[in-house]
Amino acid sequence: MDIYKGTWVVKKGFADMFKGGVIMDVTNAEQAKIAEAAGAVAVMALERVPADIRKAGGVARMAPISKIKEIMEAVTIPVMAKVRIGHIAEARILEELGVDFIDESEVLTPADDKFHINKHDFKVPFVCGARDLGEALRRIAEGAAMIRTKGEAGTGNIVEAVKHMRRVQDEIRKIMNMPDDELVREAKELGAPVELVREVKRLGRLPVVNFAAGGVATPADAALMMILGADGVFVGSGIFKSKDPMKMARAIVLAVTYWDNPKVLLKVSEDIGEPMQGLDINELEVKLQERGW
Amino acid sequence: MKLKIGVLGLQGDVREHIEMLQLLGVETLVVKLPEDLQLVDGLIIPGGESTTMIRIMKEVEMYEPLKEKINKGFPVYGTCAGMILLANRVKDSDQLTLQVLDVEVERNAYGRQIESFEVDINVPEFGEKPFRAVFIRAPKIVELGNNVEVLAKYEDAPVFVRENNVMATSFHPELTKDTRIHEYFIKMVEELKR
Repeated sequence: MDIYKGTWVVKKGFADMFKGGVIMDVTNAEQAKIAEAAGAVAVMALERVPADIRKAGGVARMAPISKIKEIMEAVTIPVMAKVRIGHIAEARILEELGVDFIDESEVLTPADDKFHINKHDFKVPFVCGARDLGEALRRIAEGAAMIRTKGEAGTGNIVEAVKHMRRVQDEIRKIMNMPDDELVREAKELGAPVELVREVKRLGRLPVVNFAAGGVATPADAALMMILGADGVFVGSGIFKSKDPMKMARAIVLAVTYWDNPKVLLKVSEDIGEPMQGLDINELEVKLQERGW
Repeated sequence: MKLKIGVLGLQGDVREHIEMLQLLGVETLVVKLPEDLQLVDGLIIPGGESTTMIRIMKEVEMYEPLKEKINKGFPVYGTCAGMILLANRVKDSDQLTLQVLDVEVERNAYGRQIESFEVDINVPEFGEKPFRAVFIRAPKIVELGNNVEVLAKYEDAPVFVRENNVMATSFHPELTKDTRIHEYFIKMVEELKR
């Protein structure tokens, strides 16, 4: 009997399994176990969380293999890892290692200033960041099976993620109200294939899962992103830069499931300890969200 | 009275199941709180992350009432993570489950995501036309109780099983256009309701 691996159905379907869940950044086995016990649907294996990448400066690359292996061995939930934008070889290495999902991420220093990876070439699925609908559809055209807002990683400031999620939703609504004969022109303006623009009109949403990322620091931030239409939430620095990571992680997991239930939100927002220190977007020297083409 | 079938909405591919049920003309409800269980005739536990779902289920005190309801004959169908939650035991793990289906499952038995696959399987109950089964980091049934009926196998393992009011698949029919397994479940809910 013929079996088919790495198909679009299998990649996109896997991303569907994350919906209503929280994907947490972790930098070692111990943190990965905390994330799993708190109810994370997956972990992102990193050498440093974005807040520390921001502080360290220099060139941020794929995490050391030993680090990713350590995390893969520590948990049974899926493990994701990041590669630099356009770094085909880092992606091949992570695919060979067997990570479950690759984030072609602006949080790392781009390896290519014009082209992203052709993700159709891989069996492993990819997630990519986007600030607007055109960017999201370009990444999907390249084979991304999952999209997330870029937000502004490592800031603990939700304003950019909100901006990106609202923009994508607004552009989707615009297309839904557009007559078919205007779609080619719209595709041109968006810089995205018209087939995908038509699919967005038909579905009333992106053709793949759309998560929030970049600045989530509290259960309320996570719920806000769900209210705005996110399918789920990535939390980068927000958990392990908070005072009590286990409490914060559990509270954010519940906030993502019960985003529409203020009673539960109130309950989980009480007694969570101090969230991570936040940064003002206007005072940043580097805006990670500007990476990606 | 029209049937109303719930989909457990704690986490996972809830929408895909809801859409398939709506296509088949039954009423649906996303079940998030214990009291929602009283409003539905049957429940689908979707695909997703089993450890996440069980953790939230415990947290909102849905675990006990759901388990009790299933033991009294409430029809339930689990896909992938849903199958893990229904199983009696998880191999090499102390992971908590509902323990309402007499099987032992091995998690991620087919490998990590790059090993996830699609394959056509035969479901004798449905006749000649094969069923496209989508396996995503799927669980495998490694031990089977005597009262568990095997409705389909892939290679050596049962992948579609039923024990009275409890039904499970290792794969995800909700990710395809094939509605036959959902129709089978709806029929099962109808029969058990009588």
